[in-house]
Amino acid sequence: MLTLQCPYCGARVEETELAPGGEAHLKRFGPGSSDADFESYMFARKNPKGVHFERWRHAYGCGKWFLAARCTATLEVFGTYPAQTTEPPADLIAKIKEKRPTWEGYK
Amino acid sequence: MSTRLAKGGRLIDRAKPLNFTFNDKPLRGYAGDTLASALLGAGQVMLGRSFKYHRPRGLVASGVEEPNALVGLGRNARFEPDQRTTTTELFEGAETRSQNHWPSLDFDVGEINDKLYKFFPAGFYYKTFMFPRFAWKHLFEPIVRQSAGLGGVPREADVDRYEQAYAYTDVLVAGGGVAGLAAALREARTGKRVMVLEQTPHWGGRAPVDGGQIDGQAAADWISNAVQTLEGMDNVTLRTRTMLAGLHDHGYAIGYQSVGDATPGDGRPRHRLWRIRAGLTITATGAIERPLAFAGNDVPGVMLAGAVRDYIVNWGVSPGDRTVIVTNNDDAYRTALAVLDAGLTVAAVIDAREHASGPLAQKLRERGVRVLEGRGIAKVHGRKAVTGVAICAQAGEGGVVEQIACDCVAMSGGWSPVVHLWSHCGGKLTWDNTHAMFRPDPDRPPLGDAGQPLARAVGAANGLLTLPEIMAEADLPAVAEPEAPLAPVWVMPAGAKEALKFKSFLDYQNDVKVSDVQLAAREGYESVEHTKRYTTLGMATDQGKLSNINGLAVLSDALGQPIPATGTTTFRPPYTPISFGAIAAEARGEIFQPLRRTPMHAWHESHGVAWEPVGLWRRPYTYPRTGESHRTAVNREITNTRSNVGLLDASTLGKILVKGPDAGRFLDLMYTNMMSTLPVGKCRYGLMCNDNGFLMDDGVVVRLSEDSWLCHTTSGGADRIHGHMEDWLQCEWWDFKVYTANLTEQFAQVAVVGPKARLLLEKLGGMDVSAEALPFMTFAEGTLGGFDARVFRISFSGELSYEIAVPAAQGLAFWQALHDAGAEFGAMPYGTEALHVMRAEKGFIMIGDESDGTVIPQDLGLSWAISKKKADYIGKRAQERSHMTDPDRWQLVGLETLDGLVLPDGVYAVADGYNANGQRHTQGRVTSTYFSPTLGRGIAMGLVKHGPARMGEVLDFPADKGAVIKARIVDPVFYDKEGKKQNV
Repeated sequence: MLTLQCPYCGARVEETELAPGGEAHLKRFGPGSSDADFESYMFARKNPKGVHFERWRHAYGCGKWFLAARCTATLEVFGTYPAQTTEPPADLIAKIKEKRPTWEGYK
Repeated sequence: MSTRLAKGGRLIDRAKPLNFTFNDKPLRGYAGDTLASALLGAGQVMLGRSFKYHRPRGLVASGVEEPNALVGLGRNARFEPDQRTTTTELFEGAETRSQNHWPSLDFDVGEINDKLYKFFPAGFYYKTFMFPRFAWKHLFEPIVRQSAGLGGVPREADVDRYEQAYAYTDVLVAGGGVAGLAAALREARTGKRVMVLEQTPHWGGRAPVDGGQIDGQAAADWISNAVQTLEGMDNVTLRTRTMLAGLHDHGYAIGYQSVGDATPGDGRPRHRLWRIRAGLTITATGAIERPLAFAGNDVPGVMLAGAVRDYIVNWGVSPGDRTVIVTNNDDAYRTALAVLDAGLTVAAVIDAREHASGPLAQKLRERGVRVLEGRGIAKVHGRKAVTGVAICAQAGEGGVVEQIACDCVAMSGGWSPVVHLWSHCGGKLTWDNTHAMFRPDPDRPPLGDAGQPLARAVGAANGLLTLPEIMAEADLPAVAEPEAPLAPVWVMPAGAKEALKFKSFLDYQNDVKVSDVQLAAREGYESVEHTKRYTTLGMATDQGKLSNINGLAVLSDALGQPIPATGTTTFRPPYTPISFGAIAAEARGEIFQPLRRTPMHAWHESHGVAWEPVGLWRRPYTYPRTGESHRTAVNREITNTRSNVGLLDASTLGKILVKGPDAGRFLDLMYTNMMSTLPVGKCRYGLMCNDNGFLMDDGVVVRLSEDSWLCHTTSGGADRIHGHMEDWLQCEWWDFKVYTANLTEQFAQVAVVGPKARLLLEKLGGMDVSAEALPFMTFAEGTLGGFDARVFRISFSGELSYEIAVPAAQGLAFWQALHDAGAEFGAMPYGTEALHVMRAEKGFIMIGDESDGTVIPQDLGLSWAISKKKADYIGKRAQERSHMTDPDRWQLVGLETLDGLVLPDGVYAVADGYNANGQRHTQGRVTSTYFSPTLGRGIAMGLVKHGPARMGEVLDFPADKGAVIKARIVDPVFYDKEGKKQNV
C-alpha cells in the first residue's frame, strides 16, 4: 500500500485515502479530432516498467486531484505536484533523470 | 515411543496440568505446551494422514514449517480446521481431531492410494481426467470433490470477535530472537520508536535451546536482561504472539496477533490484525532446518534434528527412547548431545560427509556415541512409527551395509534463512555456496518511497548461522562451539534408485517426492514456477517453508544447472495462514458497510417498511399493510398515487450545487444538452455521458440564480458524479471559475405526487403553488406549513407532482406534517417499486436499467436532449464514431405481451438463424418489465434493432423451460401519452 504526499494539504497519506485516476498528462481530443488522435487519447495507455506519471485524488481527504511520478518496478516516488499543469515541473524531471539516467522522458 | 520426561522442559509449568482430547481420547499436558508437545508428550506419534497417499504422518517440526500435524480444533461455532499444532498453545479443554482419513486415523480406506503410488505421479489430475469429456462432471468431479481439501469446513458462523489496530513506528523488528533483540536495543538507544514482534509466546528464539554465551552471559540470561532493558524504554513496544505476516509497499506491514486463542469465550478478540507503517523493517526471522530426502523420511518418528532438541529442552518431551541422528552438518550434533543429556540413547550419528571431525563430533565420540562417516539412510523401517533404519554409503545407490534399530530419526539437511519478508516487497536473494542456501542480497533490498532500503535482514535471516557471527553483527562478543562446513545433500543416497526416490518426500503435506520433481523435469517443466504448479511442490499450507530448497535442488540437478540458475518461487504474504476473521475484523453483519439513513428513516421503520438497498442507502421498497403481499402493496400505492396523492421520500436523490461565473459554460460541457440558457427559476432534464460517449447519469437541473445551478443526480450516483465534475474541473478546465458542493445530505426531499397534490400543499399554505405561479418545470423558494422549502414542479410519474426540499433537520417533521395534512386527501407513502412502475408506465428511462455502460442517449430516443448547437460536450466526439451512428444499433421501444403477462427481465428477442456457437441470433432485449396496475397488464421496455421503425411487429422471447413469449413492439409511453396529467 503506497504512501503519497498530497501537494495541496501537505499530508503524507495512505493509499486507502486516495483514488487512482490512471495515466497523467493525457491531451484530450474532442469534436473535430481525427479517429487516430481520439483513439490514442481514449484508449492507448503507457504501461512502463519504470517511471510513470499518474493521477491520484485525495478522495478521503481534501478532495483534490494531484499527479505523481513513480517507478512501477521499485515503487520509488519521485514527486507529487498539483494537477493544474500540462507538463511535469522541470525540477522533478531533472531529479528523475539523475536517478534514472536511461529514462526516455514522459511523452 | 514418545513420552514426557520426568524432568526438564524450560517452557512448561508442571504444577499446572491441562486436560485436552485427541479424537475424543482424554489426554493431559502442561501450561506452556503447544498442542504438538502435549500430543507428543502423551505418546501420540501418529497425528494424521497425508493428503494424496493417506500415509501415516507425525510431527516433523516444532514451528511454523510443520506440514503434517494439522488438526481440527474446537467444535461447532468454534471449530476451525487445519490448525498447526506446533504453533497452537495448549489450553484447558482443547478438543483436537486428526484429518484426512476415513473411517479412522488407525484404519483408513484411502490408504489404498499409497499402494497405487505409481499411478499417482506428478500431473496425475491433468493426465487422467481429460477423457471422456462428459465424465468430468458426472464421475470425476464428484469423486475429486469428496476427497479434496484438508480438514472439514466449519458448519456454523464464527462466534468469536476479531479486531484491527493501527501502529506507526520508525523501526519494526520482526522476530524476538537474539538477533532481533540486539538490533532492537541498538535502534532504541538512538531514540527511535521501535516495535518488536515475536510470533511465539517467548523471547530469544533458538538460542536458549542451542546454548552458547553472549557478552559473557549464558544466552538465556542475556535474553532476559535484553528484554528487561527494552521493557524499560518508553520508545519501545514489545509484542509476543504476534507474527509479521507481510511486508508491503512503502513499509506497510501486517502483524497478526493471537489474543484469545487459548482462552475461548473470555470476551477478548481471538485475533488482532495490526496495520503497521514502519520506516525500516528489520527482519530477524531466523532460519528453518531442511529435511533430508531419503526413503521413508515421512514415517512418524522421523523429525528435524532441531525439533527433536526443542521438544526435549523446551517441553521435556522425548520423541523416542533410541534416536538415530542423520546429518550433513555439525549443528545436528547438538541434538545428539541434548538426547544424551536427557538420559536417552543415541543409537548412532549418520554423517553424510566423508569426515566428521569438528569439535561437536569429537565431543560426541568422547561420550561413546558411534559416528558413521560418509553414510546415509537407505530406508526407514516402520509404517505408523519408526522401528529402525537401513544404512548405506551416501555416495552409492542404496546397498544396505547395516541395520540400526531405533524409534526416532533426527535429520538435518542444513538451514535456510527465512527470507519471506525480505522478498515480499521486492528484496532480491543471492546464493550462498558455502552454506548451500539463498540469503538476502544486501545490495538489492526492497525499496521505500524515497528509494531508500525499507528492510534490513539480521541474524540467521541474513544467513549468519552461528551465534558468534550473529552477535558480531551487533558488535557483541559471543561464544559457541565452532562448526565444520556442511556438505550439500539433496538426495540420500546420492545415487538412489527409483524405488527409493518414490518414497523420498520433499513436500510432505502434498505428497511430492523426489521422483515427481524429476519426472516433471523430464516432461519439460524447466521453470520453477511451472514445476511448482505441476507437481504441487510448495503449494501446501506450509508454502514450501520446510523443503522448497530441496525441491529446487532436485529440479536443478535434473535440469543439469546450478541452483541459482533455477531460482526460487515467489514468496507471497502472509508468511503463515492468517484467519479470515482477522482480515474481516468488525466488518461483518450489520456493520459490514456503513448504512446511510435519510432523515425519515425511523418513520419508515415504524410504518412497516420493506427496505431496498440503494448504494449504501436504505430506501423504502413498499409499505405493506397487514395481510398484504409486496405486490398488492405496490399496486395499492400506485393506484392511490394516480387517483389521490402519494408521498415519496426522495432525499437520497443526488443534489450538487454548481456555482460561479463559469458554471453555465461548465455545465454545457458536463451535460449533452444546453444548461447555460436555462432561465432562473426553470428546471431542465439533463443527460450526462462519459468521454467515451456512454450514458452515465441523468437528472433534473435547476437554475437557482444567475450564477448557481442545482444538479439532481441518481441516488446511487451522487458521489460518483460529484467526483466526475471535480475531475474535469481540476484536471482539464482548471481555469474555469466554478465551485461545486455535494448537498445531498443537507436536504430532505419529498415528492408529493398525484391529482390532489396541490390541494395538500395549499392546505399547508405559505406560498403560491398554483399552475400560474408555479407551472410545470419551474422552481420556487418559500415556506410551506412553516417549513423552509424549495419547491420543484417536476414529475417522474406523469402525475401532477411537486418535489420539495427542506433542510435535513426539518425533514422528518415536514414528512409528518404532509401525512397529517394529507389524511383527508388519502395521502399514502409509496416506495421505490411504485416509483419504478410509474416511471415505466410513462416510458421514462432508469439509469442502470435502460443504460448499462454500452448505451448512448441516442439509443434511448433521447436525441432531443442532445444539443446540436454546442461545439463540445463530454462524449460528443465519441458519439461521432461510426459504430455510434450505426442505424443498426438497438433502440428503445415499449413491449406488450400478447397474453398480457409480465415478460421476464433481461430476456432476449431472437432473430432468424444461428451463430457459430449454435445459438439463436438476437435482435433485442428487455431492459425493464413490470405489472402495471394502471393498465391491468404487463408492460416492458427494451432495446430492439430498428425498433422505432417496427411498431406493431411481434417478437419471440424464449424464456425458461422452452417457453416462447410473444410480445408486440409499441410506443414506450404507456400512460398519458400527451402528458396532460403532469402539466396541470
